[in-house]
Order: sequence, then structure tokens, then C-alpha cells
Amino acid sequence: MSTQEIQIPLPREITTEPRRSDKVFRGVVTIGGLSSLVLLGLIALFLGYRGFEILRQEGIGFITHSDWSIATDDAGNVIDSHFGLAAMLVGTILCSLIAVVIALPISVFSALFLNFYAPGWLKKFLITIIDMMAAFPSILFGIWGFLVLMPSIEYWAKLLHRYLGFIPIFDMQVPVFTRSPFVAGVVLAIMIIPIITSVSREIFSQAPLDRIQAAYALGATRWAMIKAVVIPHGRSGVIGGAMLGLGRAMGETVAVFTVLNIVFQINWQMLLGAGGNVASLIILKFGDASPYEIKALMAAGLVLFLLTLVVNGFANLIVKTTGKSGR
Amino acid sequence: MTTAHESETVKMQTTVKPNSLADVAQAMRAPGTRAIGTGLETRGIHAWFGKHHALSNISLDFAAGTVTALIGPSGCGKSTFIRTINRMHEFIPGAAMAGEVLLDGKDVYAPGTDVTKIRLQIGMVFQKPNPFPSMTIGENVLSGLKLAQLKVENKDELMQECLERAGLWSEVKDRLGAHGGSLSGGQQQRLCIARALAVQPQVLLMDEPCSALDPGSTLRIEDTIRHLSETMTIIIVTHNMQQAARVSDYTAFFLSEGGPGQMIEVAPTSDIFSRPQDERTENYVTGRFG
Amino acid sequence: MSSVVTAIPTKPWKASKRERAIDLSVFITALVTSYVFVGISAMKGKLAYFAIFFLAYALFTSIFKARQRGSAAAKDAFINSLVAIGAIVTVIPVFSILVTVLHKGLPGISFGLFTHDMALATPTDPLNNGGLLHAITGTLTLVCIALVLSVPIAILTALYLTEIKGRLSGPIRFLVQAMSGVPSIVAGLFILSAILYPITKAYSGLMGALALTILMIPTIARTSEEVLNLIPNELREAGTALGGTQWRTVAMIVLPAAKSGLITAIILGVARIAGETAPILLLTGGGDRVNPNAFNGPMGSLPYYIWKSFNAGSPEAITRAWAGLLVLIGLVLILFTFARLLGSRKASK
Repeated sequence: MSTQEIQIPLPREITTEPRRSDKVFRGVVTIGGLSSLVLLGLIALFLGYRGFEILRQEGIGFITHSDWSIATDDAGNVIDSHFGLAAMLVGTILCSLIAVVIALPISVFSALFLNFYAPGWLKKFLITIIDMMAAFPSILFGIWGFLVLMPSIEYWAKLLHRYLGFIPIFDMQVPVFTRSPFVAGVVLAIMIIPIITSVSREIFSQAPLDRIQAAYALGATRWAMIKAVVIPHGRSGVIGGAMLGLGRAMGETVAVFTVLNIVFQINWQMLLGAGGNVASLIILKFGDASPYEIKALMAAGLVLFLLTLVVNGFANLIVKTTGKSGR
Repeated sequence: MTTAHESETVKMQTTVKPNSLADVAQAMRAPGTRAIGTGLETRGIHAWFGKHHALSNISLDFAAGTVTALIGPSGCGKSTFIRTINRMHEFIPGAAMAGEVLLDGKDVYAPGTDVTKIRLQIGMVFQKPNPFPSMTIGENVLSGLKLAQLKVENKDELMQECLERAGLWSEVKDRLGAHGGSLSGGQQQRLCIARALAVQPQVLLMDEPCSALDPGSTLRIEDTIRHLSETMTIIIVTHNMQQAARVSDYTAFFLSEGGPGQMIEVAPTSDIFSRPQDERTENYVTGRFG
Repeated sequence: MSSVVTAIPTKPWKASKRERAIDLSVFITALVTSYVFVGISAMKGKLAYFAIFFLAYALFTSIFKARQRGSAAAKDAFINSLVAIGAIVTVIPVFSILVTVLHKGLPGISFGLFTHDMALATPTDPLNNGGLLHAITGTLTLVCIALVLSVPIAILTALYLTEIKGRLSGPIRFLVQAMSGVPSIVAGLFILSAILYPITKAYSGLMGALALTILMIPTIARTSEEVLNLIPNELREAGTALGGTQWRTVAMIVLPAAKSGLITAIILGVARIAGETAPILLLTGGGDRVNPNAFNGPMGSLPYYIWKSFNAGSPEAITRAWAGLLVLIGLVLILFTFARLLGSRKASK
């Protein structure tokens, strides 16, 4: 009793039931993978929780004022307190901007050198040196910067002041050239050069070979080729690399603390020996801070954390999108 | 840059196909003929990649105003050969060469030669269209001038002339400000040809210019090649034997039999396809191998 | 073929003797110029020599090229020297640092340094008193604990990104990158606020190690992800096609294939944190005697020792600091070289 009608079957649903071992495996790996999310969340949570009292008390003044003082009575009770990060934030931004301004051209030039100028053996050697530099501990840069580099930088700062003093940021009233934001900026620049160089090198090496050849075949010199093909291709990646360097410079603690004179006053004069840095403030005040002041330091840590997170996030987005589009 | 474009435009007599280099030389000397250099000669070219001997002892003459097709199976050194002509070979690490490439009688490898000048005189079109994506169509055409810092008075005229010669003008004249990447593959390749023409080379090397294109675009480019051959020397590498038969005056057959690539035979194109001298050439052009 | 070919490979594009001679003479002229200029002008110092020499060199080569080949070639030559300066300026600090550390640190290195701690000495004492045994053992303890804690988490994160490729891969990759930018002092403050104050209420090696763990995870995870991505997918498919579960495929095929790369990643992570100072200052308490117990009591470490000696300020203390830096940098460089060797061996395979 068969009917002649043809039945069109529905597509079968394919289900995979993983074995129990795979379920466990995937579960464990997923939990591990989520750890970075959890850790970052916990950092923000705990710093916010500890610093909450101070943040509520100071309000927006925590980042717009620049006093940092606690008055206590004889029994050690806090009578009056002011916590403001403005000078430290200005100092952090000033130092790291100086660092990026110095490091960016040097890094871009050395990345170009590595990709398009250096012979193979030299390229290998230099890449090893630069990678090695990135692994140097920051305390080393700090002490070296203080004892070896500072005298030279002081000399160049004096030259800058004498010949370019008419520009406000090179101007100063008191001739104190040591331990200035400029010195800190130069030390930070040396620390972030490896980062910006390797990001730029990576991006430049992805410049499309066929266009490079087309440029050469049209009679371009090496520099004309770089300007026409490599720079348009790598521009935004280099900017991303510079921002990664900026983020690193903002969060640097020990090296800056070693070379910078920390003063609770907003100072934009980069050659003057008075500056600020949020991370260094924490080290400076931590040693003899009361539990109450520690809370303020936690709040400062939170501000620093969020600042670097935003800068790094932007930087990674830029680097990632250029890497993908391949332009 | 050379006397080529200062003289009046006088068409070469293309109705009579030159049959030998002597004929061409004769044609060149004929009164009123447009002077386009005295051609290109290669003498005993060898090429190496590290220890690998890729190309052996190629001596070929390219008379001015002719199209020469280089045919042969993959890996026989055709591309390597044309890259030694405009000195692109030396970009490959470990590359080495021997022999001479004479442009207007001067060795392009002579010490003290400015290699960028050589590449201005010997243009090149690549297998894959590669316009600069950050530039507009117009800027792409003139990019060679910018790259080599050459000054030209009437840029717009030059741009139009190059696009016309490349057979692209009518298609893009209304959107010269659009980006090069917005064109189709065939149009991009003609844009690359226009770009190569803008620096007014004497010789144009084409490395399988149609292998990434559809048949329609291929025919248009072949058309362009025929027109261009009136004013310059063209060397084209191709895998497509019909293409070689359609566009070229001379054809050279390259072959690698295990060792370095060698030139088996060179002759006027009609001879290569109708009565090849060498058995290996015959096997190849009749499709028995390769 | 029958014809015997006797051609010699040449590289006509290499600089000829004449060009080399010209280069050399330009170099010497620039050198002389810088010497004369520094002699007669107000500018002084090594940096002045350096700057003027390069300016002169860049200028002379480009003038020479301009006369020979025109303005495009001149610009090219100028940029040539500029780019070379960039590379030289990049590596000068490395050599300066290495030379300084060797020069200033070697006088402070003695056998006693590795057999004594500072329990009975202060940084300003003569150099033959005390040593940095406590600092070396402390740093090794911190690194080992941080390793044990961070390696599983980091490798799991990398496996999640490369093997599971779940919906959260994008965000997690982003967060791992963000985490690698967390300032070390913030990691220190976090451990302080989340564990030290509410739970243990005392400085110890463990606290420092926890902060180092946070800093180490992203370094290892990112490098491991790159390494695992290099393992060809065919290997995974081959494992699955043979009937292996994903777990067995990963454990028996993927991880062994990536082994040396993963070890490189771990070593780089260690090199990154071995000299980390800021969180150590906040969390370990920095003891002066060898403390084998990471869970109780202050623990010394190389960065803390260097920091303390440097801040003590006397010539003896500064020498101690340099000696400590020399030991620390030696440690970092040994780790780095190991990572390189492993990495290059893998690449050559």
C-alpha cells in the first residue's frame, strides 16, 4: 500500500554530545579563560571599595585639587584632611607625554632601519638587543637614570632653557634642573622605545610586498617607497604602539620615583625640578601612612588603574584593527 | 626625458611586420621614424638565488618598438630574467647575477649607475594589479613622478594621455578622484600600466600581466599592448600561448631541464608557432608537455 | 646541457671600492668637523660630539648625493643617516647600562655576597660585611610561587583562546591585553586591599608572589596564544579523526607540539617579573635574613635589597646596590638567553 507521493525530508538536526572528559576539559579551560575578566573586575572592585570613603568625601575635588594633607590630634585621630591628585595627574601626563614625544620618532626610525635598511645579521642582533632591553627591570633604569643619565640631561636642559626659554614649557623661574619632569620623561622614553619599536616593526613588516616592488619599479628611492607605501600602511598602527608606550609610561613607578622630585603643586614647566606622578605618590606616602591615608592611596590607585586601562584599551583597538585590515 | 617625446608623433609602419632585427633596425633608421632609443640587449645573463643557479647564459636582443613574448613552463626563469633587466632581482636576499644588460649600449649594472634612473627607463607591470590604495586614480597615474621627484608642467594632460594610452580614460575620466581600489581587476591592471607610462619609459616589462584577469579584460590589455608597441619596447612573460601569438613580434622559449633555466629558441612569433627549429619547442607549443 | 658554462656569480649592486672610499672619507670629514666644532663653540660633552657628528655626516652625504644624482637621492641619503641614528640611539642606552652595571657592580661582588645575608649588617657597613643570600633565595621563592600560580591560569587562558574559541574569545583576548598594561603598583595595591589587610594582616613572601602572579599571567598567556596558534590545524583534525576526544587531542598532540614555545613563554614571563620592584615594596616587608617560609614573616628579595641600599646613600651602600643590580641583570639575561635559544631551536626545526 505504498503511496506515490515523495516526501521531502526535513533537514536532520545534528547534535554532538561531548564525552564527559571533554565537558570537564571545556569547563576547566573556560574557567581559566575567565580569570583575566575576574581579576580585572576584582581589582576595580577592591580598590573602589577601600577608597570609597575618600572618594565620597572629596568628590570631584579628588582629581581637581592638589592638596595632600592630614591633620591629627595628639591621640592620632584625624581632625582634618585634604586629598587631591591634580598635581600628580598633571605630572603623570606631562612626564609620559614627554616620553612619547622623544621615543616616537626614535622608535619609528629604528623600526624602519630594522625592516628596510639593516642587513640580515645586524637586524637579528638589534632585535635581540631591543627585546632584551624590554626585559630590563625598571629599578635598573631608575638608578642608571639617576646616577649616569641625569648629569647629561641636566646639561641639555640648560641648553634648552637658554635658547628656547621663551616658549612657556621651557621657561622656569628657579634654576633647579635636577629631578625634573624632563629627566623623568627621558628615562621613561628609554623604557618605552623597545615597546614602540617592536609594535612599529611588526606593522611595517606587514606592508604589502607587491606595492613595495611597484614603487621601486617606478624608480622610487628607498625613502620615496617608504613614504608612499609603508607609512600609509602603518600609520595608525604606529599611533597604537605609541599609545601602548604612553600607557606603560603612565603606570611606571620605581624609575620615576627615583629620578623625580615630587611636589604637590601643579607644574607645567618641564625643566623645573618639581613634578608629580600618581604611582610614585603611592610609594612615597605608603611607608608611613596611617590606615586612613592608605584609603586615599587606594583611591589614587583606582584612578591610575582606570587611566591606564582606557589608554591601553584604545591602543590595543587601534593596533588590532590595523593588523586586520592590512592596508 | 629622452628625445622620444620631444619629436613629432609619427607612426611606425606597423602594416609591415618586421621579420628580423635587421629589418627593425632599418625601419628605425628610416627618415621620419620616431626615435625610441636603440633598444635593449642582454649578454650572457646568469642568475642565482644563493647557491641555486636559476638562469643560465641568456643573450637576447630586443629591438626598439617590438614586442617580445617569453614563454615556457613554470620555474624556467622567465620572471627572473626580466627582473634582472630592471634590477629588481637584487632585492631578493642572496641573489647574484652575471652578464650584462645594455640599454642604449650602456650597461645598467655598471658601477656608479643610478639604479632609480634605470627603473625609470625600464618600467614594469606586475602579475597582480597593485595600485596604491591610499591614492586616488589620478594620483596613482602620477605616482611615479612623485616617487622619483620628477617635475612635469602639465600634469593633467600627461595623466589623460597615459590613461588614454592604457585604454582606461573613457572609463575613469569622471571619477579620477576615486580610490584606485574601487576599480575592477582589469581596470586596476590598466591603471598600473598607465602608472608605468607616466614616467615615459623606453622599455616596458610585463610579468604575466593578464594571469589574474578575466578573458574580456585580457583582450583589452592585449589591445593596449599592441598600441603601446608603436612607441616603446615591450617584453611580456606569459603562460598563454595564444596571447603570445596575438601580441608579440618575437617569441623566446625558455626551459629548465632539471638545471638552470635556459633559452631554447628565439624567432619571429609566426615561426615559433608554425615551424619551430627545436623539438622541445615544438612539444611545448603543440601542448605535448608543460 | 652540453655547453659548459663558466659564469661567476657577482653582485654588481654591492658598493664598489670607490663608493666605500667615498663613504669613509665623508665619515672622517664628519668626525673632524664635530671635533673642530666642539673645540671652538660653546657646546661641550660626549652628546655634543655625537649630535654634531651625525648632523655633519647626514649633511655631507646628502650634499654629495645631490651633486651626483639630484634631489631625490639627496633626500634618500639624508633619511638614510637619520634612520641609522634612530637605531643607534635606541641601542646606546643598553650598552651604557650594561657597561655601567659591570663597571660599578663588579667591585661589590665577592664570594661572601652569596653566602651571607644582611641580618647582622646594614647597607652602609664595609662591603665585606653581609651579603645578599637572603635576597637571592627570596627572589627565587617569589618567582617559584608566582610560577606555580600563574602558569596554569595563563595556559588555560591561552587554550581557551586557541582551542575552545568560545563566544567570549574576543573580549577575553582584549582583557588579557588590557591586563598586561596594569601598572605593577596597582597590582600591589590590589593584593594589599583584597588579601593582606582583610585576611593575613602581615607582610609575607606569598603576598608579593600573588602580585607578581597577576603581572605574569598576561605575558605568559599572550605569548602562549601565539605559540599555540602556530600549531597547524591539521594536527588537531588528525587527532580528532583518529577518534580522540578534544581533551586527549590537546593533551597528547597540541601541548607536546608546542612545548618548547610554551617554555619560552614562561621564561619570558619570569624575566618580566624577576626585577619587579613596586609591589614588592608594598607587600613583602623586605626582611634582612634568609626566610625559607613564604607564608610567614618578611621576605627579602633582590629588588628590595637594591632599593634599600640605593636609598641608604653612602658609597658602600651604592656599591651594594650596583652589585645587586649586576646579579639581578645577570639572572634576567640568563633567563632571556634560555628563552631565545629555545625559541630559535624551535624556529629552525
